[in-house]
Amino acid sequence: MLPNSLPAEAPSPRAPEAGTRGAGLSLLRSEIAVLFRRRRTWALLLALAAIPILIAVAVRVSSAVPPGRGPAFLDRITQNGLFVAFTAMLVSVPLFLPLTVGVVAGDTIAGEANLGTLRYLLVAPAGRVRLLLVKYAGALAFCLAAPLTVALAGAAIGAALFPVGPVTLLSGDVIQPPEAALRLLLIAAYLAVSLAGLSAIGLFLSTLTVVPVGAMAATVVLSVVSQVLDQLPQLEWLHPWLFSHYWLGFGDLLRQPVMWDSFVSNGLLQAGYVAVFGALAYGRFVTKDVLS
Amino acid sequence: MTGAAGVPGGRTDGLSIQTRGLTKRFGQQVAVDSLDLAVPSGAVFGFLGPNGSGKTTTIRMLLGLAAASEGTVKLLGREMPGSFQDVLPRVGALVEGPAFYPFLSGTANLHRLDAAGRHADPGTRTARVARALERVGLGHAAGKRVHAYSLGMKQRLGIANALLSRRELLVLDEPTNGLDPQGTREVRNLVRSLAADGTTVFVSSHLLAEVEQICTHAAVMSAGRLVAQGPLAELRRSGSSRIRLVTPDPGPASSALARLGLEPVPGPVQPDGDVVTAALASSNTGAGRAAPEDIVAELVKAGVRVRGFAVERESLEDRFVELTGEGFDVAQ
Repeated sequence: MLPNSLPAEAPSPRAPEAGTRGAGLSLLRSEIAVLFRRRRTWALLLALAAIPILIAVAVRVSSAVPPGRGPAFLDRITQNGLFVAFTAMLVSVPLFLPLTVGVVAGDTIAGEANLGTLRYLLVAPAGRVRLLLVKYAGALAFCLAAPLTVALAGAAIGAALFPVGPVTLLSGDVIQPPEAALRLLLIAAYLAVSLAGLSAIGLFLSTLTVVPVGAMAATVVLSVVSQVLDQLPQLEWLHPWLFSHYWLGFGDLLRQPVMWDSFVSNGLLQAGYVAVFGALAYGRFVTKDVLS
Repeated sequence: MTGAAGVPGGRTDGLSIQTRGLTKRFGQQVAVDSLDLAVPSGAVFGFLGPNGSGKTTTIRMLLGLAAASEGTVKLLGREMPGSFQDVLPRVGALVEGPAFYPFLSGTANLHRLDAAGRHADPGTRTARVARALERVGLGHAAGKRVHAYSLGMKQRLGIANALLSRRELLVLDEPTNGLDPQGTREVRNLVRSLAADGTTVFVSSHLLAEVEQICTHAAVMSAGRLVAQGPLAELRRSGSSRIRLVTPDPGPASSALARLGLEPVPGPVQPDGDVVTAALASSNTGAGRAAPEDIVAELVKAGVRVRGFAVERESLEDRFVELTGEGFDVAQ
């Protein structure tokens, strides 16, 4: 019979210790599996993948784009398909990426509360701090998957519709396609880091409500507000503190040699937001009455 | 109870659940008012009360989902919520209805919730999930998405979740909600067989028949307060009985009863006379302590024509209504 069916087994001091290491990760595995098994997650990723596809198809069927018009890199697509991916990532930063991340991050706790599964996770017992960490890790996994989807879909559709060749960087240097692909991944990583702060904000908002849509909307609205504030010259003192300040700063990754300044500044800023909103989420969630 | 003897956890007091002055306030409203609950180990404990009497709030506090405003909770001999890591793995719970991920299958849902517990052994997970599903009769629907489950099937899945590991205490909040008569009977049998294994079962319900059939102990809540608690037999016994008198002389009968310290209540007129009822005191003290035979003697002495006389013992339902008030008004 199963070991668990023996009486007096469960609480013995040794048995839990033995299983703790492996079992501790199983919630994280389960979280990521559940997240990426949801149709909604797939719909979000497909919507993101549609951006480079739309761009590529539009450029393919239209006449040549006059240089200097449209988003950066757009005029270079016809010569090099890899620029579909660069263009699409640039285009998706202001709205599409924050939108999808807002949906996932806003759903973390509120979604479970709304389903009622939060009480069963806590009774399991998941432990509140552990659950919060796992939920945030799940959101981070999506933050990585989202820009990666744009990059991969862009590179794939670009290679399918246009020639692929050496890429001229912003610094004027020329790199070969394999290294360009590496730069693409680097930008995806940059964007993932960029979205970490927003995810922490979404996580916190998600602990405040049992209505996931509310937390999602609030998260997305905040990302828009932050970008609007970043545009107002009167608030220049505030700009370096806005979580969206470095979102478009990945141009430095397209120089030779790579300039890491904005990557580091962005990382520090996002870490600050993660610390602050992570602490707020912790403070709220650990003492919260789960009544849903 | 014999089954609970030697169960670990240091329950020297023999209580699986013990609360002291447990209170929960939501703003001005007192949802649970200084509750002193004592659930003996090995008991099947019925937790009764009308809707809104604070049962679910109490269960939430027992399980550490909600913080108590005042008072303490001991579950399996350990303080809650402080020792939740030690206590909750030994507790299976169904709280305020089942809740699952509709887009996952029954099996996947149980895997998910089992994975949430840090102490659950991943190696035996598949076997334990399958066994729990079989036990509640969901083996055939295990692969279906919960989205397609009926309410009764979800309820069964909820019970399966509570049975994923070997538990010392089961907390079941309205376990037969939404179940057909067949399912209700299965749940009753399940509870009995678990209790026979020594598991303490704490069942909240507003269905008296259910409690009457399976419980050894019960507590009754009303408007956030505990109004009765104890072994079921004792609860029934402590329910006051009353006399029911049929007589054509209601006036003299009432005064005769009043002389004995009873409080007669005139009842409906029947073909053979008026009905007069009066409560007999439940305890051995206080008014209305007279024995039935003395009452009849007194009535006859007073010239009352006694055409019918009976001592009626309360049913659990009468007792319940007496304790919690009548009518549909949700207790405030």
